Formats: sequence, structure tokens, C-alpha cells
Amino acid sequence: MRILLVEDDRETAAYLVKALKEAGHVPDHAADGEEGAFLAETNRYDVMIVDRMLPKKDGLTLVAEARAKGNDTPVLILSALGQVDDRVTGLRAGGDDYLAKPYAFSELLARIEVLARRRKPGEAETLLRVGDLELDRLSHQVRRGGTPIPLQPREFRLLEYLMKHAGQVVTRTMLLENVWDYHFDPQTNVIDVHISRLRSKVDKGFKDTLVHTVRGAGYMIRDSHR
Amino acid sequence: MTAIGKVVRTTAFKLSAIYFIVFTVFAIAFVGWISRETDRVLTQQVRDSIEAEIGILADEGLSKGLTGIVAAIEQRSRVPGASLYVIADKDGHVVAGNVTEVPPALLKQSGLDPVTVPYKRLEGDRTSNVAMVQVLPLPNGLIMLVGRDISEIDRIRTVVAKAMVIGVGLLILLALTSWFFVSRRVLKRIDQVSATSLRIMAGDLSGRLEVTGSGDEFDRLASSLNAMLDRIEDLLSGLKEVSDNIAHDLKTPLTRMRTRVEAALAGEGSGEDYRAALEATIEDADQLIRTFNALLMIARVEAGSPDGALTSLDLARIVADVAEFYEPVAEEAEVYLDLSLEEPLPMVGSRELVSQALGNLVDNAIKYVRSGETPPETARVRVTARREGAEIVVSVADNGPGIPAAERERVLQRFVRLEKSRSQPGSGLGLSLVEAVTKLHHGAISLSDAGPGLVVTLRFPASG
Repeated sequence: MRILLVEDDRETAAYLVKALKEAGHVPDHAADGEEGAFLAETNRYDVMIVDRMLPKKDGLTLVAEARAKGNDTPVLILSALGQVDDRVTGLRAGGDDYLAKPYAFSELLARIEVLARRRKPGEAETLLRVGDLELDRLSHQVRRGGTPIPLQPREFRLLEYLMKHAGQVVTRTMLLENVWDYHFDPQTNVIDVHISRLRSKVDKGFKDTLVHTVRGAGYMIRDSHR
Repeated sequence: MTAIGKVVRTTAFKLSAIYFIVFTVFAIAFVGWISRETDRVLTQQVRDSIEAEIGILADEGLSKGLTGIVAAIEQRSRVPGASLYVIADKDGHVVAGNVTEVPPALLKQSGLDPVTVPYKRLEGDRTSNVAMVQVLPLPNGLIMLVGRDISEIDRIRTVVAKAMVIGVGLLILLALTSWFFVSRRVLKRIDQVSATSLRIMAGDLSGRLEVTGSGDEFDRLASSLNAMLDRIEDLLSGLKEVSDNIAHDLKTPLTRMRTRVEAALAGEGSGEDYRAALEATIEDADQLIRTFNALLMIARVEAGSPDGALTSLDLARIVADVAEFYEPVAEEAEVYLDLSLEEPLPMVGSRELVSQALGNLVDNAIKYVRSGETPPETARVRVTARREGAEIVVSVADNGPGIPAAERERVLQRFVRLEKSRSQPGSGLGLSLVEAVTKLHHGAISLSDAGPGLVVTLRFPASG
């Protein structure tokens, strides 16, 4: 997909451009806010990655102005300020997600892929399906191969999030933020424990595993036959 | 600045000068008013008595004629007293009376109101006295003068003037005394305060202001300043300890990283070795970032700028969520997580920060409950939240080895990790954050013995 990267640090930008290309994307790079605004206006991107502190025009202004002009490209804001109130200002300016520096590239990649997908229609579908696993968002029923699987409310939300982003990597932080609405670091590998408990309910006793661990990044639910 | 200028600038001098001026003006006005009033009353009295004399003499004259007047005057002149009588011919020669000398011009101004004149009573009087007299014409060209000596009024004036001089003198003395007292006793102590402050600013942080025990304003000022200095000293020593600990906890992983990278570069390892070295380096870097984030977070919370606004929330909900979040971790560690809640528990706060603080406590409890001899089947962590009057009390108790009473205070400090917990992962910042969050919410934290084990209790003010 086409990605606009607005980042003033040359080394970081060069590394990100290279890594994004390796991941199969087509990145454009702007080194300051004005260039970024120009590129955002003249091209159509699937996602924009905007650093918050930029020369000439800061990232939040850039996003707010693009939004005012009717540009609804998903935006991921990068910032050295990681606190929740900074996050709130970032999202209020029109950002769709917020990532604090320093971050792992796998985290950035997982987030922009989820962001770009978010635009596609079918978001409101009530029945999520991965392989023979079905999740009904209305009746809160989960079945695998026709057998009902009883889940706790939080396990249901965890599975729902994974299935909503089936085939995509979701990181531990994304799960923490979206399933539990926590923005702090829980120190212990709490998410891994929750996932393994979910796995024992969803995958145990079935031939195909659906919940996969993506090394160094996070988790992914996917039908291995497709 | 000259020496005089320096004196003039002192508060003592200014205060004394103002007192002196105000009181002097007041005294002069007061004494002046008294002397004027006295003067007026006495003069009126003299006039009245002169008029009365004249009235009596006129009655004599009406009944006995001129000879009667002269006889009356002769008789009255012999009575010792203050009254003056003169009968003179038209040339001014004294015919009868008790006065030897009056200004001749006076005798010509008959019929006027009483006037004040000098006179001599006896032949050979050196000094002339002062009298108030009235001159009246008699038949046959004779002139009668009736008067009263007024030197008494003069004496009273002198007394008043003297009183004024003495009074102002006393005021000056008073002003000087107050100056002395204020500058010596009162302002000297202010000078002491500023001198001590200067010494403390110069680096002697152990310096304290003198408290005399008199309980006056200066003692109270000194006590408050001393309390402030205690706090500053505490903070500074805390800062020093923190920076020592930061140096240790940050430098250790940095050194490890550096050594590992250096060894990888120097050795002729395979791609696999490089990979392992790099992965370990990222792990160390992540740990460093976590420590940094925790430090920044604590600093922000302590500075009172919480993430997001404080809102009304139900603590029971938060405790339940946190317990549910950590429950699988407890199960995996074979620890029984027991939750006991009273609902609802309304308070004002930050969901994020309170969740994180409780999370730290539960996480710690799960980690440390098994660090002692507690067998797996009995290890348990008990989380309770209830209302006690105007307070919401949340406690996290474990039945692990606990913390010795002497060390409980210390574990709240940043980076402090008890020796036996060094082996566990963690930054040593968890409890510091809990304390900072509790303080931000105007709450209190206490660590006590759960017999066996540790119980950490947080008390928050309830709302509604």
C-alpha cells in the first residue's frame, strides 16, 4: 500500500523507508511539515505516518489541516511524548492511532496495516469467521465446527479483536489498548497468559491451530488452509 | 550607601521617625489647645472681677459721691490681694490707690474695654508687673483705674510651656527607646533569619534558624522556615539516593549491552551468534526504555500533572477489572487470587493511573507470595475494596514471606529492591509509582504485616 512518512530525523526516516519497502509497501518520505502537507494534498495514500514534532509545520497542525480539507486517510501519529494526555491531544487533532517513541518496527507495521484495513467496508459485519471458527457479535456466541465454545466476556472481546483483524499481526500493546483500554506497561507478560488461556479454549482438541504467535511482533488469527 | 543612609533605610528608623512625628504633632496640638482654653477662661475671670469691682465702686459713688468712692478705694487698697486701684488727676498724678506707676498715656484712654498694661505697685519696684485694667472717668476731671494683676496667668502659661517641652522631650526619648528596641530586639532577629538563609543558600543545608521558645511571630516564622528546610533537605537527599540508584540501574544494562556488542564485534562468531547478541541487546534496550518510562511517569504524577483529566469513577469496577486482568497470571503461578468488593465505590480520579497502581500491587503480590516457603496450594493474594466512612480502602494482601517492619518504609523509595527480590524481574519503581498515584488522589498508602505476608493498603477519599 502507499504510505506517506513525515519524519524529520534522517536516519530514522531512511530506516523506516527501507523497512516499509521490505514489507512490501510503497513509502513516500517528507522531511518537514510543509512538504508533508503538500504530498498529502497531491497524492492519495492508504495511510500516513506523521511525527509530532516537525520543522516548519508541526504534525498535529498538518493532520488537523488535512482533516479540514476532507482528507480522511488514516493517520498514525509518532511522538516522543508517550503520556495518555498527549495521546488524547493527538487523537483529537484527527489522528487515528498514536505510537510513542521509541517503538519496535513490528509494532509500527502492525498498526499501519490495521489502520489501512479499517477503511475497508464490511466493518460492521455481525458474523466473523476464520476457518471453522465463528463469532456472532450480536448473540455473543462462539462456535467452532458447530460446537459452542463458552467464553468469558473479556475472552470474547479478545477473540473478537483478533478475528476482526484476521490475517493481520496484532501486537500485545494493541490488545492491551483495544481489549482492556489500558495504556500502561503491565510489566508481566499478562497478555501472553490471556492468549494462551484463549488458545486452550479455541484451539485445544482441534486439528488446525488458528491463533498463531508471530515471533518478535505479536499474535495473528488465521486459517492455515487459505 | 553611606552609614547614615544605611541607618535611615532601616525599618527601625522609619518606624521610630513616624511614631515621633505623629506623637509630637499630637502633643503640641493638645497642649496648645489646653493653654489657649486656660488663657481664655482665666482672662474672662479677670474681666468679670474688674467689672464687679467697678459695679461696687459705682454704687458707692451713687450713694456717697466722689468722697465715697475715694474712701472705698483707700480702704480696698489696704487689703492685700491682686486688685489694683488708682485715682489720678487730669495730669496723671496719682491721688489715691495702691499703684505707684502706670503708663501716663493709658489714663487718657478712658472708657475703653479692659487692656493689659505693665505697672509698678510700690515705690522703687525694679520690675514692672502686668495687669489688666479698665480706666473710667470721674467727675472733676479725675480718672479712676480698676485692675487685676494677671501675672498668675503668665505663670500658668509658663507651666504649660514647660509641660510641653518636657512632653516633647519625653516623646523623643520614647522614640529613641522604641528605635533601640525595635532595631535591637526585633529587627535583629530578622537580620539573623536573613543571615542564616544566606548561609544555607551557600550550601550549609544542615543550618537551622534559632527558635527562642518565646512563641512570638518570629518563633513561628523560624519554625515554618525550619520545617521547609527539613523538607528541602529530605528531597535533596532523596534526589541523591535516586540519582545513585538510577546510575546503578541504568548503567548496569548499558554496560551489559556495550560489553555484549563489543564481544560480538571482536569475536569471529557466526551469523547465529550475532543474531543472539542483537536480540539480547534489544531486550536490554527495552528494559531501559521501560525503566525510563516508569521514571518519567512517576515524575509527572508527582508533579501533579496526571494523564488525562480526573473524572468520577467507580473504584469497585476498576479493582474488578484489574483482578480479572491478572487472574490468569495468578492461576499460572498457582496463586489463588481472591477478590472481595463492596459496590459501588465512587471517587474522583484517573482510571488509567489507579489501574496501573493496583496492577503493580497485584503483580508484586503474585510475584512475591511464592518467594518464601509458602507451598503452592496455600499461596494466595487477597484483594479487597470497601468503604469506611468517608474513605475508600483498597488492600492487597498476600500470605508470602512479607517485608520486615524496618524495611517497609524503604521499599516505597525509588529503585529500592530488597536483596531477595533482586532475582525477580522489575525496576524497583512499582511501589514508588503506587505511592505517587495515591498522593495525587489525596490518598494514603501503608504497608503492614498480614501475619504472615504483606498487606498494602490504599485509602482514598470517597466522593458522593
